[in-house]
Amino acid sequence: MEFLSQVRWSPYVVGAGIGILSWFTFLISNKPIACSTTFAKSSGIIEKLFRGEMVSKKPYYEKIKLDIDWQFMLVIGIVLGSFLSASLSGSFEAKWVPDIWAGAYGTNPLLRTAAAIIGGIFLGFGARWADGCTSGHGISGTMQLTLSSWISAISFFVGGIIMAQLLFRVLV
Amino acid sequence: MKKNAQLIWGLLFGIVFGFLLQKGGATQYDVIVSQLLLTDFTVLKIMLSAVVTGTIGIHFMRHKGWIQLHPKKGSVGKNVIGGLIFGVGFALLGYCPGTIAGAIGNGYLDAAIGGLLGIFLGAGLFAAYYPKLQDGILKKGDYGDVSLPQLFKVNDWLVVVPTVAVILILLFWLERIGL
Repeated sequence: MEFLSQVRWSPYVVGAGIGILSWFTFLISNKPIACSTTFAKSSGIIEKLFRGEMVSKKPYYEKIKLDIDWQFMLVIGIVLGSFLSASLSGSFEAKWVPDIWAGAYGTNPLLRTAAAIIGGIFLGFGARWADGCTSGHGISGTMQLTLSSWISAISFFVGGIIMAQLLFRVLV
Repeated sequence: MKKNAQLIWGLLFGIVFGFLLQKGGATQYDVIVSQLLLTDFTVLKIMLSAVVTGTIGIHFMRHKGWIQLHPKKGSVGKNVIGGLIFGVGFALLGYCPGTIAGAIGNGYLDAAIGGLLGIFLGAGLFAAYYPKLQDGILKKGDYGDVSLPQLFKVNDWLVVVPTVAVILILLFWLERIGL
């Protein structure tokens, strides 16, 4: 079982593993792997705590429903699975500022957190606008050969590549 | 009772998914941003090998009648504009919705504190604007949930086989040029 404590596996093994995992999510749960709706539900559930029942009457929340469903549990599972893998290999680390960010913008945690918040706003907004993310469209939708997912996945990377060039090759 | 069983399956599938993402390095900001900077192709290799394995298995099982597909409906206004907005966030944050969950499990505080708050705000903002967008820009250039085989009016395998072949050639080429 030594492989479980390795820091990294080949990306091909990991990718094939995710593909095979998809077979089972379709077979057993009749669902594709996807994540981003859970963040919209969480946002609605938190807002509901502050502003009451009226929040769940918003048209978007009536559409997606503010409940704890299969995908919500999948996302919680991702946190646990990653923690398990990182712990087994000793790569769990409490870290504020990633190396590439620090190389360009310094090690100030406040600046990095501000960028993460703004990035998160775009990501959360864009994922809902496109109706999916890198997993729902990028992996599950593309493997089903859905047109909307191929177009979304390509747009994610076009937007991401342009923005990354701006952030790390033009602005600094 | 059946619903609870499915919730447990969801959790178990998530644990395996998170474990794989972490082993692949996809829970790290540096790995994801290096992909967007086109200096490290780990993320693309993971995604494309998942698509190769997945698409073969899924289409096989569908032809056997074991599973149903769940295609998402879309439009140019939805997928292109939403996708580009997502991409801006993808580069700034350095995680996506699935990998941020993994990054939190990995201990990364920029993901757990900043990123999560931002995604909640962004999703909440969309929910607030949804009534205005719903029948406007989100419907522009609507193509529904059409699949590539339906679009080209061919048998599924006539798209599956060439897609898999092109991805495999691309992956061999990436290895060949040392990326």
